[in-house]
Amino acid sequence: MTISTDKLLSLYRTMVLIRQCEEQLARSYAAGTITGACHTYVGEEAIATGVCAHLRHDDAVFSTHRGHGHALAKGVPPRELVAELFGRETGCSGGRGGSMHLFSPEVGMMGTSGIVGPCILQAAGAGYSFQLLETDQVGVAFFGDGAVGNGAFHEGINLATIYDLPVVFICENNMYATEVAFAYSARNTDVAGRAAGYGLHAEQVDGNDVVAVYEAAEEAVARARSGGGPSLMECRTYRTRVHAEGMGESGYRSQEEIDSWKARDPMVAFAKRVVEAGDLTDADLQAVDEEITEQVADAVTFATDSPWPDPATVADHIYGEGA
Amino acid sequence: MASGEMARREMTYTEAALEALTAAMVRDPTIFVLGEGIGERGGNFNTTKGLYQRFGPRRLRDTPICERGFVGLCTGAAMTGTRPIVDFMFIDFILDAVGELTNQIAKIQYMTSGRLKMPVLLRGCVGVGGGAATHHSGSYFPFFVNVPGFRVVVPTTPYDAKGLLATALRCDDPVLYLEHKSLLNVRGDVPEEDFAIPFGEARVCREGTDVTIVGVGPLVPKSLAAAESLAAEGISVEVIDPRTLAPLDMETILSSVGKTGKLLVADESFGPCGIGAEIAAQVMDQGFDDLAAPVRRLNGVHTPTPYSPPLEAAVVPSVEQVAVAVRELAAE
Repeated sequence: MTISTDKLLSLYRTMVLIRQCEEQLARSYAAGTITGACHTYVGEEAIATGVCAHLRHDDAVFSTHRGHGHALAKGVPPRELVAELFGRETGCSGGRGGSMHLFSPEVGMMGTSGIVGPCILQAAGAGYSFQLLETDQVGVAFFGDGAVGNGAFHEGINLATIYDLPVVFICENNMYATEVAFAYSARNTDVAGRAAGYGLHAEQVDGNDVVAVYEAAEEAVARARSGGGPSLMECRTYRTRVHAEGMGESGYRSQEEIDSWKARDPMVAFAKRVVEAGDLTDADLQAVDEEITEQVADAVTFATDSPWPDPATVADHIYGEGA
Repeated sequence: MASGEMARREMTYTEAALEALTAAMVRDPTIFVLGEGIGERGGNFNTTKGLYQRFGPRRLRDTPICERGFVGLCTGAAMTGTRPIVDFMFIDFILDAVGELTNQIAKIQYMTSGRLKMPVLLRGCVGVGGGAATHHSGSYFPFFVNVPGFRVVVPTTPYDAKGLLATALRCDDPVLYLEHKSLLNVRGDVPEEDFAIPFGEARVCREGTDVTIVGVGPLVPKSLAAAESLAAEGISVEVIDPRTLAPLDMETILSSVGKTGKLLVADESFGPCGIGAEIAAQVMDQGFDDLAAPVRRLNGVHTPTPYSPPLEAAVVPSVEQVAVAVRELAAE
């Protein structure tokens, strides 16, 4: 492992930020401050963290319904994320989006989505722009195993491959689409293995190991940036909370399975590893934990104190200014 | 702007649109076209003839047959600084991409409070004719008029084909540009110079005092033909081509109804929840006192499009049917 101490600390910081934000959002949902859907990323933090560590603000990320982690890792300020879920004017989508429609083009967060699949196509489209404009930007799609059976997976990956587009496709295989097992939805559950059928590079990595994700993403992003075409990364992981806040565990997975994955918590595993290796100390990590706790509390205060959107603006921005 | 002093030549509708596309691609290097057979082949309807040779393979790119896929791709492209054109060949194929259109393309500007634009042009050949049968004969524009976010353009003359395409390629909104198959080879005078026709400005194609016809697409030339024969019977018909259905120039329509008191909306596409229903409702709202008779609609038969020539002819409104409807209105 040749990752600098600063980078290790930064990876840890991002994972803790996602975790603490998610736990706060879950509490706010339970308190009724957040309405609608709230899908948390708890247990999967290593993936967004390891991938986005290689992205610049001008790279474009397209995400899913479980996208708070992608937004935070891409640089959406926690204040703007929390305010959006609180439905406030200061949210990253001005209160028009909520959890499943987080947009922050300023940092290259091109949307979480309530529809499974389009992010794959849109990331290919960002790659198309970057190739046409001859920049070294990269398009990235995050999607779950649930998208693999969708036509967008086939069409988007094929288009990106035949056009050699600078795109990285990240499949977060958490084994369940809502509450339907991937093992039920697919006879072949080897997502990375499917890449051979399209002719693009692919790798399967441990999605709970932030270092493994970081290293695989480094190669995939560099390939895209240098004109080497698209890649697919299958990150095996697990969602340890319910599909969406407010739901219960309906029996589609066993408590033993949940517990076994909780024991593989990506943040805890990372902390143990870097402390044992002598790269970071418990005190270093604790300082990050405290810093993030303050940041999340500040985000909640900011969101709570923010104004509601003005109903008079409800039909603004349906059309642009041109024509 | 258009001017009578410009040098004009006669050319086809398709040639006129190609001229606008070519000029836009010269001016704006972010424009690219995706579709099936639009590259070296130049498009099934010659919509991109010669452009591949001129602008190269990245700006004219053939696709696999995956409309949802390449419409979704164009969504992401428009979000990241380029201006995609999807050339569907037959617009019927757009239906495979309706989710990307209504859930994504139409909503991006709104969801981002205008921080992202959505300059996507969606073009294709529409309508009944030539025995194309039901999978190559649709129009479907009422879907898109119903969804907030789209501009829907239906040019009927070579002049409008050029001027409206020029506007579409400067517009930040997603535009459906619908080219009726019966109009593609129609010839007309077109200025050599670039010009743009603003959206939402109807054209009064023929002035009259007894009955107003609002025609859509091929029903504009059919209405003009009917108006000509009705004039011989002493019925004076005003014919309006709205040119864009979203936005819709109700002002011109209401002003005409204010003069004639009688309105027929003639459209080959389906009647229920169609543009005729919308225009009728708006006239009822805003021009009720001007009406001397109920608003009439003439639509294609509400059925899939059959193949056999006599069956196909039976589903679209004819010149004679337009004339009959006008006579009935005039007699009210």
